[in-house]
Amino acid sequence: MSRRRITKKDVEHIAWLAHIELTEDEKEIFVEQFNKILEFFRKIDKVDTEGVPPTHHVLDLTNVFREDEVIESLPEEEVLKNAPKRENGFFKSPRIV
Amino acid sequence: MPRLYELSASELIDKIKRQEATAEEYIASIIERTRRVEGKVNAYITTTFEEALRKAREIDDRIKREERVGRLAGVAVAIKDNICTLGVRTTCASKMLENFIPPYDATVVERLKKEDAVIIGKTNMDEFAMGSTTETSYFGPTRNPWDLTKVPGGSSGGSAAALIADEATLALGSDTGGSVRCPASYCSVIGLKPTYGLVSRYGLISYANSLEQIGPMAKSTIDCALLLSVISGHDPRDSTSVSMQPVGYTNHLVNNIGGLKVGVIKEFFGEGIEDTVKKHVWRAIHLLENLGATYDEVSLPSLEYALAAYYIIAMSEASSNLARFDGLRYGFRVEYDDADWPKIFAKNRQIGFGAEVKRRIMLGTYALSAGYYEQYYLKALKIRTIIRREIERVLKEFDVLVGPTMPLPPFNLGERIRDPLTLYMCDILTVPANLTGYPAISIPCGFEGKLPIGLQMMGRPFDEASLLKTSFTLERSTDFTRKRTEL
Repeated sequence: MSRRRITKKDVEHIAWLAHIELTEDEKEIFVEQFNKILEFFRKIDKVDTEGVPPTHHVLDLTNVFREDEVIESLPEEEVLKNAPKRENGFFKSPRIV
Repeated sequence: MPRLYELSASELIDKIKRQEATAEEYIASIIERTRRVEGKVNAYITTTFEEALRKAREIDDRIKREERVGRLAGVAVAIKDNICTLGVRTTCASKMLENFIPPYDATVVERLKKEDAVIIGKTNMDEFAMGSTTETSYFGPTRNPWDLTKVPGGSSGGSAAALIADEATLALGSDTGGSVRCPASYCSVIGLKPTYGLVSRYGLISYANSLEQIGPMAKSTIDCALLLSVISGHDPRDSTSVSMQPVGYTNHLVNNIGGLKVGVIKEFFGEGIEDTVKKHVWRAIHLLENLGATYDEVSLPSLEYALAAYYIIAMSEASSNLARFDGLRYGFRVEYDDADWPKIFAKNRQIGFGAEVKRRIMLGTYALSAGYYEQYYLKALKIRTIIRREIERVLKEFDVLVGPTMPLPPFNLGERIRDPLTLYMCDILTVPANLTGYPAISIPCGFEGKLPIGLQMMGRPFDEASLLKTSFTLERSTDFTRKRTEL
């Protein structure tokens, strides 16, 4: 099990994965806080979980099916209403490639 | 004679139906009260006074014409601002959603409207429900009406504060790790986290979907039971909502707990729990005994790992649920467009999210990332199984499990906010109910000086009735729920 400390490089990598830009100050603070919090999390290492199944969900539901019926959806104007930028009935995105 | 804004929902509905008071004059009294105290409390992010008055007049007209009105006719309900309301701004207390106006109602809001409840406003909360003090709100903290220098608890702090300050008669909160029960305890109201699956989450802006439930908050057990009866029940739009017959929870409120078996969780009185809290909670336990219950202490050793497991799971789910906030379809978006998509996406999230939200998304991202998934996320899910089995076994022997809701009385604003881990520790007694999905309630059980203390009870799945019955019986023998602030 990895016990090494989180570095600024790690924080930058996580921020990249999470699509969150950080200031230099934020990076410094997060390095310190993440190490403290992860150290607390590691107390679970002590628990013997051999052969114990994970609980993703507390209900015994597996797949919940319904009839594949077409129901009314929101009108286009309503769907686009909250979009910061839109054009000709589309969400307007920045350049992707 | 009490003023209209001081009355309970059940008293008001009677008065309004019998035309001893109009819904309009009651709503006007709530609005007047809110205008007087809100500057001190900051319970609301958005108020909907105009629409509330219009709705009240409509109800009065229907009563005059002797038409049928719903079970909550005219009652002012405050809605936590992470629950979608058609046409009314729903912000999650975040800059990210500062201008978001939902094009639909959450199922719980639909059900309230169907019963003629009056939506009075959207309440303040920790940003995206991540916090235990309502201090991470983009719109500034809510203050505790009992002592304006203290936190009201969180994340549903606005809902609890609005209730006890008489700015609303009923309120909805959401509870992912204690967010209904913690502020209920700190503001001296009743707050219930229903069994996972009892109340539809459709329209609740998700933080950690396998843990959270919308829950009723009120100033009396009857009102809490009434609100739960209205919002619970199967909803085809939430695939995790359970199919079951509607329960009339108010019918279960008998003043009799003879034979009730109470388990006192030893670990809930251990290290880190303040003596003043223990004192009041033990008094309540002895009162339960005097009222006909029997109690025994019971040990749940796996609870030591509940908090760590909870935070790993909650953060992991948050990193996934909050990935939708990209500033494209809704939410905050920077003005400029001269950068590529990943850059703008990351910038929107840097400016749109506050520090605690970023912290949880990033730690969750880490816990799910290659190389750490098994060590953190998967391990936490296995511990969840162990905790669940342990509590399930104990609940074969006991009807309810009791302990404090919070490890300490309400503390000063600003006291814990700078150290995340210290703040997380506040949730140590509330997270087990979310990990297991079991129902739990916080009810007022005393005051230390002028600061309220809450008693927590956890029950068997879908046995909210036992929790409410016990709460009702305790309420009949004490006067804690009748106390009001000096605001």
